[in-house]
Amino acid sequence: MGSLPLFFRLVGASVSGQARYPASALMLTLGQFLGTGIEAIAVWALFHRFGDVQGWRIGEVALFYGLVNCMFALADALGRGFDVLGTEFLRTGTFDRLLLRPRPLALQLMGNDFRISRMGRLLQGVAMLAFATHQTGIVWTPATVAIALFALAGGVALFLGILVLQGTLSFWTVESLEIANVLTYGGVQAAQYPLALYARWFRRMLTFVVPLACVAYYPALAILGKADPLGAPEWTGIVSPVTGFMFLTAAFGVWRLGLRRYASTGS
Amino acid sequence: MSTAPVWRDVARPYIAAFASRFLQMLQYRTAALAGFATQCWWGGIKVMVFAAFYGGTAIAGAATSMSLAQAITYTWLAQGLLVLMPWLGDPEVAQAVRTGAVAYDRLRPVDAYALWFARSAGWIAARVLPRVALMAAFAAVALPLAGLNDWAWQLPADVVAGLAFLLSAVLALLLSTAMVMLLNVAITAALNERGISAVATPVVIVLSGNLLPLALLPDAWQTALLLQPLAGLMDIPARLYFGQLVGWQALGALGIQVFWIAALVTLGRAAMGRTMRSLQVQGG
Repeated sequence: MGSLPLFFRLVGASVSGQARYPASALMLTLGQFLGTGIEAIAVWALFHRFGDVQGWRIGEVALFYGLVNCMFALADALGRGFDVLGTEFLRTGTFDRLLLRPRPLALQLMGNDFRISRMGRLLQGVAMLAFATHQTGIVWTPATVAIALFALAGGVALFLGILVLQGTLSFWTVESLEIANVLTYGGVQAAQYPLALYARWFRRMLTFVVPLACVAYYPALAILGKADPLGAPEWTGIVSPVTGFMFLTAAFGVWRLGLRRYASTGS
Repeated sequence: MSTAPVWRDVARPYIAAFASRFLQMLQYRTAALAGFATQCWWGGIKVMVFAAFYGGTAIAGAATSMSLAQAITYTWLAQGLLVLMPWLGDPEVAQAVRTGAVAYDRLRPVDAYALWFARSAGWIAARVLPRVALMAAFAAVALPLAGLNDWAWQLPADVVAGLAFLLSAVLALLLSTAMVMLLNVAITAALNERGISAVATPVVIVLSGNLLPLALLPDAWQTALLLQPLAGLMDIPARLYFGQLVGWQALGALGIQVFWIAALVTLGRAAMGRTMRSLQVQGG
């Protein structure tokens, strides 16, 4: 079986496994929807009390918010295997079984546990995109749709890269460390407001180290047809999502280093 | 004859349960450090967002009873007290239910509710105290030293406010424990903690003020927000800290906390009694 059909087979198996417990899956999805929705309450309450922030309106912020939540929802569903690598694979010795199979390792991990509940966050993101469209009158032409899809793909790659790095770390720690949440959940939190609000060192970090701004902020500006208050050229948003793929490639480089170091726990 | 020794004998098993759980939980240092790093980052983002919203318009400051410095201090306080929020049942209770060890608890010659209460309080306190201390070291000491005075955690309004805050924080611990007990009972009855905490978490984060200071939510909701039980977890202690509530108002706020503790403990006892009567422990 080829790689891609195999991946879909794995995802299908994982999803139908979760569907055996419909009440649980539904409740977790609802929990995700509500859990991510509270951030929307925070954004709304702040705009309700203070009005526009440095020339940004709520509809524009909703676009950042919606985009970044869609990205993370998809990456989180795909990258769950890397997320729990330490606790569920390395410590138990299950990882050896994956290594013995003549199929790409990353593929097996990605298809391992495709969480239905992440659809809660995805729905939330899509709802915010609809709200943003309604509020700011975004015109979805083929060009803007293409920018949005490219940004989405770059964002999924970037978040997946972060999860791969988190998994790599567990080759050393044999634990799944919460510290990566700084970049995953913390990244979502940071990227849902316009980059221009932040302090300079933080903006640099979000652009050049963990290029969240490149997959959310700049493409969103291009979609809105808004000039960057910080003076980045107009075409930035059209090419910048590429950095997400670069990040993922680099992450897999580090992953191979970690893999070379792997010695089974032997249980 | 004095009654003190009798009282001590009665309380001893519960104090022991509290202390042993407290010491046990202090062992998880890596988890605490990882959580701490996440919370610093989180707090930093919130502080920058607040600064942007407050700084945006000159009128904005007048539209709220809370200054930017207070909103920032509130943010650090909320990050430090994050694990005080009752969104999880005590995992040990959940495990006891699943393995059947709950049967031993039923056999002990002590009050089962009080025993679990003491244990859960120890579980919460041991996670909260190191994190609050670390957060204070970071936000109240390290940030000003790094020259970021505007971002720092400020001292309480005055000594009285500080003492009122401490008292209120202890009540918040009891209130949180009373809520964790309700979650414990719900888990015992449903045998499923993930679904329950997935739905409980967002409610707790919003209504306790952990997401945003309740004072920043719309003005029309303020009275209702202050009276609901979750305000006593975070928002009431913070208001006392800032000296926004003094005299009778402060007593009233503490009274709200005490009322909800009493109400939730009563409810929890009744619910636990009912659940325990219908609990079936499998042999093994």
